[in-house]
Amino acid sequence: MSTCAEHGSRWRRQVRVALVVAKKDVLIYYLKPPVIVFGIVLPVFLFLAFAVGRSVPIGQMVPGMVAMALFFTASAVGPLVTPWERQFKTYERLVTSPASTEALLGGDVLAGMAFGVVLSAMPLLLGVGATAANIAAFGPVACGVVLGALTFASLGVLLASPATDAPSQILMLSNLTRLPLIFISGVFVPIPQMPVLTRCLAPLSPLSYCVDLIRVGFGEPHYFPLWVDAAALLGFAFAFLTAARYWHLRSRQRGR
Amino acid sequence: MANLVETRELTRRFGDVTAVDHVSFTVGPGEVFGLLGPNGAGKTTTVRMLTGYLPPTGGTVVVAGHDLSREPTEARQHAAVVPEEANVYVDLTIWQNLMLMAELHGVPRQVWAERGRKLLATFDLADRTGAKGRHLSKGLRQRLMLCMALVTEPSILFLDEPTSGLDVQSARLIRDLVAGLPKRGMAVFLTTHNMDEATQLCDRVAILNRGKLVAIDTPAALRARVASRAAVEITFAGPGLVADELSGLGVEAEIQPIPAGLRLTTSDPGRVAQEVCGRATAKGIRVASVNTLAPTLEDVFVQLTESAGGPPEGERP
Repeated sequence: MSTCAEHGSRWRRQVRVALVVAKKDVLIYYLKPPVIVFGIVLPVFLFLAFAVGRSVPIGQMVPGMVAMALFFTASAVGPLVTPWERQFKTYERLVTSPASTEALLGGDVLAGMAFGVVLSAMPLLLGVGATAANIAAFGPVACGVVLGALTFASLGVLLASPATDAPSQILMLSNLTRLPLIFISGVFVPIPQMPVLTRCLAPLSPLSYCVDLIRVGFGEPHYFPLWVDAAALLGFAFAFLTAARYWHLRSRQRGR
Repeated sequence: MANLVETRELTRRFGDVTAVDHVSFTVGPGEVFGLLGPNGAGKTTTVRMLTGYLPPTGGTVVVAGHDLSREPTEARQHAAVVPEEANVYVDLTIWQNLMLMAELHGVPRQVWAERGRKLLATFDLADRTGAKGRHLSKGLRQRLMLCMALVTEPSILFLDEPTSGLDVQSARLIRDLVAGLPKRGMAVFLTTHNMDEATQLCDRVAILNRGKLVAIDTPAALRARVASRAAVEITFAGPGLVADELSGLGVEAEIQPIPAGLRLTTSDPGRVAQEVCGRATAKGIRVASVNTLAPTLEDVFVQLTESAGGPPEGERP
């Protein structure tokens, strides 16, 4: 029978493995100029596309832009990691190493989180430095960024779960899933000011809770209670990872 | 010392097709164990179950004392795998590829760095440590994959078709290295289509056909099972005897023409050689050469797999 010490040692080993997997992901998939440029440029262009011609002060758009940048960067590469591993025939050896499925998924999430946090810091610093936006409470901003990165990276890992070695298929699925969410999550307009239909859909999007936390950090009123924001983000992350684990194990059960 | 791999009634079904059917065997420390079989026999499925990639639908696998279904990471800690369809990370350098596999196995940096340097020197990769995987040829990638497997100092190494499609030098280098591993106490589980390779390297061989284990023994013992498949090859200087002139030899022989001569498959090669040479001399035909050939592992393989029928249509690998 396993003792507590054995369980602890097993956990520590798998945490270390997750960090190794995260390092591998960063080296291979994230530190590529096109990936970094895409992570910066896409949110900026989406933001400009919506902001140009509107009379809203630019400072008020900073929380939405930070959340959107976080959303797109943390979930950008994760969906492609496993399909790329399958395509380049490296997946089987990774799975047959002493890494558990949880550690492999955890490593992918950690890499996505780090990428999201680092790249969303740019619009955050730019917004604070170059506009009238000010951080009123650091806690909710930090909480929104970290929990948001966890949840969006987990979404990326879930999107990577279908057993395919064609990244293009996953890219389509990823965009079809992610793009609609920015329009129902209070990114461009705070949730109370959105039309009724999108306001009703907002609680279904994890991005809504992240935006809400970051808006509070910038001194704006909250739409959901803060504890609901945090709990919802953690709940979504847990649900995404549980589903991802299920799909990975199911694919292997079927020999794919 | 206990077995490093132990399977009991290992079974894998894909829908209605049984790819691996109640297979049981053991692999001991320092043993090179070969798994042979025609395409679709279930070799790769078996390896995938032994390495924990594919869960079995029945039976058990124990690796280094750990049940693979209950303690998968502990079992895999003792094993290293070079799958048939595997690749190195093409965007990482040779050194980074080594580092990744060592770190996944929890090998301390100083230990793996020292081992890595030695392995890269052994495999003639020492002067390319900064080269990225994408710039390596197939042979060099296969060498690197073996380095990645060996840097973890596994108790058992699974090799799935390790020399398939490689140039002569790479294939020989890999074979020489595999031959030396048992001296270090490492067991090797080898699947191959190359009968010469299996004969040369394996202490024991298992033959799988249609998912079932049809034979398991040493190569010599397996060859002895088909003693009737010994052969004599006789060549003639100038026009020689033809098959029709060899009726009534007094011993059963299967006759096939070969360039400038005949090949006679028989259980009594000495007597057949004597008879044929006698008839040739009587007809004034000069015999250029006589070779007796013991049955090969390929003969064993062909006989066992043909007698049990080929792989079923559409069977999964």
